[in-house]
Amino acid sequence: MTSISSASPAFTGNDPQNRLYGPLPDVQGEAGYDDDHPARVGFFTDTSVCIGCKACEVACKEWNLLPMDDSHGTRDVIGLSGMSYDNTGQLGANSWRHVAFIEQVRTVDLPMPTMGPPSHVDAPRGTGHTGAPPADALGLGADEVLSAQTSVLNAEALSEFDPQTGQSGADKQVRWLMSSDVCKHCTHAGCLDVCPTGALFRTEFGTVVVQGDICNGCGYCVPSCPYGVINQRKDDGRVFKCTLCYDRLTDGLQPACATACPTQSIQFGNLDELQARADARLATLKAQGVETARLYGRDEDDGVGGAGAFFLLLDEPEVYGLPPDPIVTTRDLPAMWRAAAKGAAMIVGVALTAVLGSRRAR
Amino acid sequence: MAECHPVGFQWVTEAKARGAKVVHIDPRFTRTSAIADLHVPLRIGSDIAFLGGLIRYVLDNELYFDEYVRAYTNAAAIVGEEYVDSEDLDGLFSGFDPETRTYDEASWQYEPEEPPHSSSDDPPEAAEQERSEQHPDVRHADRAQAAGSGGPPIPSKPKRDETLQHPRSVFQILKRHYARYTPEMVSEVCGIEPEVFLQVAEWVTENSGRERTTAWVYSVGWTQHSVGAQYIRTASILQTLLGNIGRPGGGIMALRGHASIQGSTDVPTLFNLLPGYLPMPHALQHQTLDDYVGDAAGKAGFWGNKRAYTVSLLKAWFGDAATAENDFCFDHLPKITGDHSSYQTIAAMIRGEVSGYFLVGENPTVGHPNSRMNRFGLANLDWLVVRDLQMIESATFWKESPEIETGELAPESIATEVFFVPAATHAEKEGTFTQTQRVLQWRHKAVEPPGDARSDLWFYYHLGRILRERLADSTDPRDRPLLDLTWDYPLEGETQDPSAAAVLREINGTGPDGRALSSYVQMRDDGSTTGGCWIYCGVYADEINQAARKKPHREQGQVPSEWGWAWPLNRRVLYNRASADPGGRPWSERKKYVWWDEEAGRWTGDDVPDFEAEKRPDYVPPDGARAQDAIAGTDPFVMQGDGKAWLFAPAGLVDGPLPTHYEPAESVVENGLYKQQANPTVEFIEGPWNRANPSRSDVFPFQVTTYRLTEHHTAGGMSRTLPYLAELQPEFFVEVSPELAELRGLANGEYATLVSARTAIEAKVLVTERVRPIRLRDGTVVHQIGMPYHWSYSGISTGDAANDLLGIVLDPNTHIQESKASTCDIRPGRRPHGPELLDLVESYRRRAGVASGRVGLNGRDPVEASAGEGSTQS
Amino acid sequence: MKTWLDAWPVFRQLTGPDPLGRGRAARSRATENVVSRTATADRVVQSVCPYCAVGCAQRIYVKDEQIVQIEGDPDSPISRGRLCPKGSASKQLVTSPTRVTTVKYRRPYGTEWEDLDLDTAMEMIADRVLEARRKGWQDEHEGTRVNRTMGVASLGGATLDNEENYLMKKLYSALGAIQIENQARI
Repeated sequence: MTSISSASPAFTGNDPQNRLYGPLPDVQGEAGYDDDHPARVGFFTDTSVCIGCKACEVACKEWNLLPMDDSHGTRDVIGLSGMSYDNTGQLGANSWRHVAFIEQVRTVDLPMPTMGPPSHVDAPRGTGHTGAPPADALGLGADEVLSAQTSVLNAEALSEFDPQTGQSGADKQVRWLMSSDVCKHCTHAGCLDVCPTGALFRTEFGTVVVQGDICNGCGYCVPSCPYGVINQRKDDGRVFKCTLCYDRLTDGLQPACATACPTQSIQFGNLDELQARADARLATLKAQGVETARLYGRDEDDGVGGAGAFFLLLDEPEVYGLPPDPIVTTRDLPAMWRAAAKGAAMIVGVALTAVLGSRRAR
Repeated sequence: MAECHPVGFQWVTEAKARGAKVVHIDPRFTRTSAIADLHVPLRIGSDIAFLGGLIRYVLDNELYFDEYVRAYTNAAAIVGEEYVDSEDLDGLFSGFDPETRTYDEASWQYEPEEPPHSSSDDPPEAAEQERSEQHPDVRHADRAQAAGSGGPPIPSKPKRDETLQHPRSVFQILKRHYARYTPEMVSEVCGIEPEVFLQVAEWVTENSGRERTTAWVYSVGWTQHSVGAQYIRTASILQTLLGNIGRPGGGIMALRGHASIQGSTDVPTLFNLLPGYLPMPHALQHQTLDDYVGDAAGKAGFWGNKRAYTVSLLKAWFGDAATAENDFCFDHLPKITGDHSSYQTIAAMIRGEVSGYFLVGENPTVGHPNSRMNRFGLANLDWLVVRDLQMIESATFWKESPEIETGELAPESIATEVFFVPAATHAEKEGTFTQTQRVLQWRHKAVEPPGDARSDLWFYYHLGRILRERLADSTDPRDRPLLDLTWDYPLEGETQDPSAAAVLREINGTGPDGRALSSYVQMRDDGSTTGGCWIYCGVYADEINQAARKKPHREQGQVPSEWGWAWPLNRRVLYNRASADPGGRPWSERKKYVWWDEEAGRWTGDDVPDFEAEKRPDYVPPDGARAQDAIAGTDPFVMQGDGKAWLFAPAGLVDGPLPTHYEPAESVVENGLYKQQANPTVEFIEGPWNRANPSRSDVFPFQVTTYRLTEHHTAGGMSRTLPYLAELQPEFFVEVSPELAELRGLANGEYATLVSARTAIEAKVLVTERVRPIRLRDGTVVHQIGMPYHWSYSGISTGDAANDLLGIVLDPNTHIQESKASTCDIRPGRRPHGPELLDLVESYRRRAGVASGRVGLNGRDPVEASAGEGSTQS
Repeated sequence: MKTWLDAWPVFRQLTGPDPLGRGRAARSRATENVVSRTATADRVVQSVCPYCAVGCAQRIYVKDEQIVQIEGDPDSPISRGRLCPKGSASKQLVTSPTRVTTVKYRRPYGTEWEDLDLDTAMEMIADRVLEARRKGWQDEHEGTRVNRTMGVASLGGATLDNEENYLMKKLYSALGAIQIENQARI
């Protein structure tokens, strides 16, 4: 005997179970899976050990049979971006992993003069990721970005301060950040919530996947993603994004990118275990004096209820082209519905009043 | 390492997570620098100065591993009175002949323990003397080549001073030689702060000794220099002084760049070597088998068995035809007479002296320096066979090379017949690759190759079969070697592919009973054993393909001995007897690896001991002992003629017994250490197509270096053709500093033109702070340009070929080119095309005082070319 | 009737535990039937990456005699299952549509490629090897016996495996060809 379950918060205007916003301990259960569903899985991307090799990008494309970006293998269509070693640019329908390269530089005081302009914070000149504003534009003076370091000559302090700091012996200190971005598989996924066809769905692993046999290319999901991840393929019309290798998971394998990643910058696993590992890694880095290290997408109180794919970053999210405070676009749906309901009620009320009034008047 | 060997780099990141310090010493700020603890951006071509500084630091501060150095090295040996160091000759060693630009190494020899033996009872010395006397015109480089990897013979046992105080002891010579490599000098020459140098020195020495070890990793950033072999030697000296050789976590690792480039050296397709580092016979030295093995006759160490290895090889090749009576067909082997390396061969092609050329998975018109010269070589052949997966540039030079546009080449003038014969990929054939740690790994065949694609094993087997069939009735003695060849491998499948397992078994060798040998010590010089490559003997032990073992690492210990098979005899760390002290005890519990088990009466440990298992640590060779029997129980370096690590090389290197800093052949800087500017023995190849940029020239004011990117593979045939890799680095670019960009008006993302005395090329510009100019103390500013070399005109990702810009200047020991350091000019905008390109380059040459680079038809000499075209050989 | 109704997502949404239709109720037929290519492969073959010298182990998945996936072999103590971008692109290397799989021939002074069958090409190459060997033959060089030919030269890449290098060196040496080189010198 089937029974009609409780009505949608979108219709009731109430979200006591955090179905659209806030922490949600069991995303699969909320999506209707039985209690014995598999554990929620995800990615922990530790950018402090990323070497920017892009194995993740290629392994993803090989497994998911994605087209080459834009050019489809045609000569002379692709070109150098001029943004450090990043020629992928952004996540898209054909690039489900994207490695960002951010070149940072700060001037240091040296006893022996070498080449270069006089002491001043020197923002990357067309060499960094376009999505990354220069450090000083963010109000991050060099001394704040790299605070513990007084002189580049003290290499030990340098390494303690920041494992990624490189060039020494110059009047400029260079840092090259690399980070592999991916769909966040949000606890509250805007794309999923707005999809009118049911093409986007929550899997038994807690991930968010587009079903190609359902998607009709309406594109509603595209602006609903707070990270700008999901996108339409030009010659196809449908939307595509990371599936966290749903098919591989059914065979007990890891996603292709995590399988390939040489330095385990991309770690796949049960989300709770990954979170514990990330917390420990952050603590280690903090203990080593890497004050700028932080987790991104780890907090379940954030605007998307925490991400299934989260990151350890060495600088502000904006530097990597990530939104600092992403909020699921459907957060206000209950309030909107409440407002709409009120409006509707008022219209009904006005209409009734008018009708009744007119009757009375009659 | 993160850049070109990302998966190998996982072990570095893991070590770092456990507290190891990672130092990256490289002019270029790479993806390795990005996560290193310290990046040392030294000036291009200054590594010997840096490493020499470390040696001085170790010696001066007495930080060497005293017991190790005394027991396991030649530090105590006394060098003869005639030796004069570069310290006293301003950069030259004694024995230099300026006319031939070669050294006579006689004055570098040890002082003999007692007066030299007569020739009769000291065969190696006799052989050495005889050769020198009979053939004074044998180039010294040839003699070094002829030594194989066993090193040259040492004519006599040295006199030793165990106190290391004798002024002519190797130890004291070393101290004097490196005395001027002070931190200040290092910082001046390398363009780094003294404090940075000192930081590295502290870390390296703190992490060496009984309890700790330091490892060095290098790649072609060290080998591709006019003093490349000496770069490696400098690191060897440092690691030996610190006791970091033969011990876990130590060593010097050559990170090689291709799937089986180690295998291609072990089982070489190299002109100067036979399999297993046996030298190719030299016409002036090796007319008979006795001549050939003479240098090993009384030699200590495993090279003392050279005759057994050679006879086993000849038996493997010529089978029953090889008998004691006919010198085991030694005379079937062709003889070399000098440098026949590929660059000399290209020059010979242009001269019309070579008719046919096989290119087998190699793309020299992109991947070799002076690609332009390579194209001229190909244009002067009668025929060319290209075996590859894709239509690479070396197969299409006759219609698409840049010289077509300039009018220097035209299809109508090129007589070269070209056969493109498609090859199978790694997945479509079986066989072994030898990776960078000497581990042979078997590949199983997954699928059949498509269409007419075939393995190279198929191609060479069937070519040999056809040739043998053609000549079956020949009575010409010249055809005898081919007809005597053992050439009957089992054929498999529809395509009749020869069995790679059968070939591997032949390489392993068989004993008198016809069964596979399990060790090279079983090889005999009487013709009763066979073996195609003695160092690979054991790979088929017990008739089992040991290279195909794939026991998961989780089921093995720290030394995964059951994954693949490492030569020699599955030893994973070479010279590992040095991980124990002279008495056979581990140097420390922490660094325990291989040790002497007194109770069992044998060496044991985590790895296969690189020592005779039952030779006691207190073994002293009796008088007259030879080969391995002449190696004492305390001599870990069993392949050396004296069992010792050589701090000073009394023979074997053609450019000096000790590494010395020289500037690259093309440098923008004066040598700050010696009057001698560059390696005095450097090898040039003369011709209008290989003009050199003068050093310290205003016309070519910038230093340039070439390298690879993670996203591409060498000349690009296996990466520029693949969409997923091509899109990641879609165009040829060069990296310049913001300062140079400003100086020359270059803009990020726009084109620039680079010019050398060879040609001009264009590239997109990436302006980056990762490249930095260096200001030397005298105010000189050195601008450096980084140039990845993967591109040319074919494939999806395209651009000009970086190697077109480079000239060919060679390390005289190895004949490897100096592609890591040359000079050029850079200017904004695209290069001219057509004849204007030639005019531009010629104008640069004129301004720099360089001879004309104009060439005649098909790149031939302008004068000779008018005499005719095509091959002149008849 | 029930089965028919269950195939209708709205029915599942309204009657099941997924009222928002974001999970179980939204699963399509393709999703229910999803299967990994690794699971349906006919066989898995152990191989080694053909790019750099680290020697990463690969697993090659074959279905209907076609390679459907190449990825790292986690058993390897060298690579532990990981691959770099080039290794990860191995399948594209092997299955590339731009691979040339037939013999191409360019005659002297020719301006275009011509087709040639493999057997003919092998015979033609054999003819040329013998002729070039003859033209460049030297019994002696400057008075010393060398029994060699300077007419044939070879340059191999370092993706040649040991067995191939071995046969090459053996055959060339028997032919008297000495200008035999490899990427290993570069």
